Amino acid sequence: MAQKKGHRSLSSDDPEELARVPLQAVLLADSFATKFRPITLERPKVLLPLVNAPMIDYTLAWLESVGVEEAFVFCCAHSQQVKDYLNKSQWMKQPGTFTVQPIESHDSISAGDALRVIYNLGVICGDFVLVSGDTISNMSLKEALQEHKERRKKDPLAVMTMVIKHSKPSSLTHQTRLGNDEILMAIDPDTKELLYYEDKTDQSQRFITLDKMLLASTPTLHLHNDKQDCYIDICSPEVLSLFTDNFDYQHLRRHFVKGLLVDDLMGYKIFTHEIHSSYAARIDNFRSYDTISKDIIQRWTYPMVPDVQYFGNCSQMKLDRLGIYKAPEVDQSRTAQIRAFSLIGNGTAIGDHSVISNSVIGQSCTIGRNVSIQGSYIWDNVIIEDDCKLSHALVCDGVHLRAGVVLEPGVILSFKVEVGQKIVIPAYSKVSLLPQPSKQDSDEELEYADANSGVVESPSITSIANTRNVDPVPDSPDAEHSDTSEVGISGVGYIWSTTEGGHEEEWRHSIAPIPAEKLMEFCLSAHTDLGVSNQDVNSLPASGELQLDSESTGFDDGEDYKDSADFEKEVEATFQRVLAGVNPENVILEINSLRLSYDMSHADCAGSLFYSIMKSALSAPFSSNRELLLNTGKELSRWKDLLKNCLKTIDEEIEVLLKFEEMCLETTKEFAPLFSAILNHLYEKDILSEDAILSWAEEKEGADESDKVFVKQSEPFLKWLREASEDEDD
Amino acid sequence: MMDFQVVVLAGGTAKKLAPLVSKEVPKALLPVANRPVLSYVLELLESSNLKDLIVVVEGEDAALRVGGWISGAYVDRLHVEVAAVPEDVGTAGALRAVAHHLTANDVLIVSGDLVSDVPPGAVAATHRRHGAVVTTLLCYAPVSGPSDTGSSAGKDKVKKSRYNIVGLDPTRQLLLHIAAGAEVEKDIRVQKNILRAVGQLEIRADLMDAHMYAFKRTVLQDVLDQKDTFHSIRQDVLPYLVRTQLRSEISANGLHKVEDNANGRVSSQNYVTWMSQHREIAPSAYQELLALSPRSPENALRTHKCCAYIASKSKYCARLNSIQAFSDINRDVVGEASHLSGYSFSSQNNIIHPSAELGSKTTVGPQCMLAEGSQMGDKCSVKRSIIGRHCRIGSNVKIVNSVVMNHVTIEDGCLVQGSVICSNVHLQERVVLKDCQMVCALWPDSV
Repeated sequence: MAQKKGHRSLSSDDPEELARVPLQAVLLADSFATKFRPITLERPKVLLPLVNAPMIDYTLAWLESVGVEEAFVFCCAHSQQVKDYLNKSQWMKQPGTFTVQPIESHDSISAGDALRVIYNLGVICGDFVLVSGDTISNMSLKEALQEHKERRKKDPLAVMTMVIKHSKPSSLTHQTRLGNDEILMAIDPDTKELLYYEDKTDQSQRFITLDKMLLASTPTLHLHNDKQDCYIDICSPEVLSLFTDNFDYQHLRRHFVKGLLVDDLMGYKIFTHEIHSSYAARIDNFRSYDTISKDIIQRWTYPMVPDVQYFGNCSQMKLDRLGIYKAPEVDQSRTAQIRAFSLIGNGTAIGDHSVISNSVIGQSCTIGRNVSIQGSYIWDNVIIEDDCKLSHALVCDGVHLRAGVVLEPGVILSFKVEVGQKIVIPAYSKVSLLPQPSKQDSDEELEYADANSGVVESPSITSIANTRNVDPVPDSPDAEHSDTSEVGISGVGYIWSTTEGGHEEEWRHSIAPIPAEKLMEFCLSAHTDLGVSNQDVNSLPASGELQLDSESTGFDDGEDYKDSADFEKEVEATFQRVLAGVNPENVILEINSLRLSYDMSHADCAGSLFYSIMKSALSAPFSSNRELLLNTGKELSRWKDLLKNCLKTIDEEIEVLLKFEEMCLETTKEFAPLFSAILNHLYEKDILSEDAILSWAEEKEGADESDKVFVKQSEPFLKWLREASEDEDD
Repeated sequence: MMDFQVVVLAGGTAKKLAPLVSKEVPKALLPVANRPVLSYVLELLESSNLKDLIVVVEGEDAALRVGGWISGAYVDRLHVEVAAVPEDVGTAGALRAVAHHLTANDVLIVSGDLVSDVPPGAVAATHRRHGAVVTTLLCYAPVSGPSDTGSSAGKDKVKKSRYNIVGLDPTRQLLLHIAAGAEVEKDIRVQKNILRAVGQLEIRADLMDAHMYAFKRTVLQDVLDQKDTFHSIRQDVLPYLVRTQLRSEISANGLHKVEDNANGRVSSQNYVTWMSQHREIAPSAYQELLALSPRSPENALRTHKCCAYIASKSKYCARLNSIQAFSDINRDVVGEASHLSGYSFSSQNNIIHPSAELGSKTTVGPQCMLAEGSQMGDKCSVKRSIIGRHCRIGSNVKIVNSVVMNHVTIEDGCLVQGSVICSNVHLQERVVLKDCQMVCALWPDSV
């Protein structure tokens, strides 16, 4: 291993050398997720048939077509099965330039772990393509690779290029047709640099907050929610070492991409490459399984279509009109109908009056009479007896449906499940021979868990079971523990209870289309949401509309407005310089220029200066309120002239009073008990005029009780002032 | 032009520009190449055949002066009403004060300190074409950034401050996000529902709101009535309308009338086209939505449209709202944007009034202006500067990159560079002024 590492670093030192290395790919044959349970308890996701060929074949075929010479298949869950499959398949045998090499690991629990393992093996020596084994694409990587290489030459920190594609999520469900959640991305339109990435958006959050620094280097950015992440990445070898350096990175997007974007310390950059006409998608959940299957049948993925012998699809499919694919040996009754966009595998027999539409049927299946199959996926060796109805269901290998079974939309039947006569499996049920594992610590989900890790009590569906003839299947090894009554159906299998996400969310990722009533619900709630959100918005100071009172606003208020707090600090600092011996006259000039540069009014100046003076009074040591009052008096007389300079009109004087009040309430509470006394002092020293004091008191007349504390405190003084002024008037 | 009323917000004696402006010279009358700045807006409007104007001035005195000047200069050309409003009411307050004069369907609001050659007709046309409630003129912000005063310019060059953060749809016609004032320096908060409606939002920091708006009159009046705390068009009214465009509140009462005519309907239809892009994923939703809306009007989505007209980069667009801007605009108007000045330039690319007197060996370079009645002594040199009327300039004086207003006396041997010298200033011999923002005879009493 160490030796190989040395080899790696040697070659990466020289960019010329780097350019000549063969294109490599890392294929993750484990999605490190549990979305395909219960099926993936028995078979790894990459080996699940997608339109009758295992997913991994599509991915490998694509990798070969784009010129990858070495593909490393990283297997973790069911690694033996993947290895066995590869060994048997043509991928390992073919002599050509494309070599497939499995890498096995048993303790990886995330993509991050996988990449760390690969780093330690030291097999990657240049730029590589990182995909997962469930990627279907026909895109050409040439352009993206070239862009990536050119960027790398100019900027070695451009470590990754992500492939994206236009796909607008529904405005109601906020998910794409692949069943993925919407992704928010910010992209620099010129350089295509990815600036922001957010998946799993918090729906309750009504705003996207972008860091203001994003616009520091570029004047323009495009914010998208209409782009789909294809999960095809072109990576530089640094990506592997980054994963090793940051051992807490698990998820490729949530940790790695976000981590790089947030951390600008290292300055690594991620770029995007948008494809327009070619196809790229990843099967992430049952809905994308459904969508992508349809895309394949409708030939969007050409040449990855069933009738083109491109990879291991052995039997030659024949394409009829209306997008119907049939294997050469299909035993179809004359009265059976196969409707548009369906595929029938080799050796399958279809009985009288059965109707199949929009469905994929695997090999060697037996379908009885009067069966209706709509929008469903039937894998190999399935037996469906007469009068069954299947709509939008997924039925795995070896399943046996007895006569009259109804599968409601979204049902998943895992391997070798048997369903007794006339049983209706409710919508979104998942049935497996294996019991449901108990809830695990749900930090990062494993594709498989030990089957013995605990069994959740499976719900009984006895209520809907109307027959009790139980047929234990002889060839099922699990049959003995799915003990008759426990399962409750006249067959074999556990009905899994839905996980904590709840039945609520089940429809999102199901094979079945989103039910109309759900959409209606969304439609209505969208309206009411808007009603509600209107109110929150009004309470939000989203724009400048709440800063009225703090600012002087002429017609041309603050084009380049700065915080008044900044201004206050500047004034205070200036005042400190006076204390340090600078000529007060210069200070007047300085404060004036500050006022101009911060676009403040004279009133703000007065307020801030007063604040500074009072603070300096407070900084002198004092032991009692009386001493503090004395100190304050001294400071005020000392700086009277300076302060007077800012107090040109009554407005400024009132501002000083308001400021004083604010200080007593917030910053310098020490003055609170002395408010009235200091007010008296300010009047005596001719700093504040009686007009100012009286209009301040008047202004406060209508205020809240809490705001009137100081008016009340000064009431005797105010009274005296009023009387005095009346006397004068007389 | 068809049924547009024009309001010019001419400001008053803006404190920010003190001591450049004073009771004698309100902001609207500040000289730009020896013409009041307001004349640039008035002539721009005149060129789009907008001749019925309301000019709003802050303060009675200022209004009298501005009114006096307008009636003298434009007596036969424009029909102008001058309205005085109290000081510091803000742009929204100024409009409230004149709201009862407004009767046309749409109102064009222009700031009186705008020096530009962007045709207002183009803004009005965009407004009409989209049936928008508001259309704002955006222009490219000066590249240097708003270097307002010396103190802020040197402090942090890296973080250059901005005018606005603007969000546009891919066609760059709909205004979907705007941050003004203090918001500009904060993190950018974009509403998700707006992003969802358009799919792609272009966020830009290189545009600025040029303070020329076309408003639907009923909407403007409603907003001004209902939101009585709104102070500024730029910082309050416009962001408010932009923010609420997908769940319009204004349509509740004021827009009913508007909703009847064709324009009003355009906006809601537009939302429907946004929606229709999702038909492939949720056909039923689309149908339901269409079916639902007319039946329960209280649930229907009320939307309105905010639009933007982006002036092309070749157009000149600047606002005289700071002292720096004052000298920049003066320089530009006799320099790169000389077509705005309305003067004809000599072959030396400068303007020297026939009545000006130049001593021997005195040179006036290109991009300069020497107004009537000014005298210069011998061996003077003037470069990229404007000299006002009846100035007396001695010998051996160098004036570079400066604005000298009227009746200024500069004695022998002075050097004036990068400065503004206000009217009636007297510089004695051998004064050197370098990059003084301004020298003003009356300072600080006029403040």
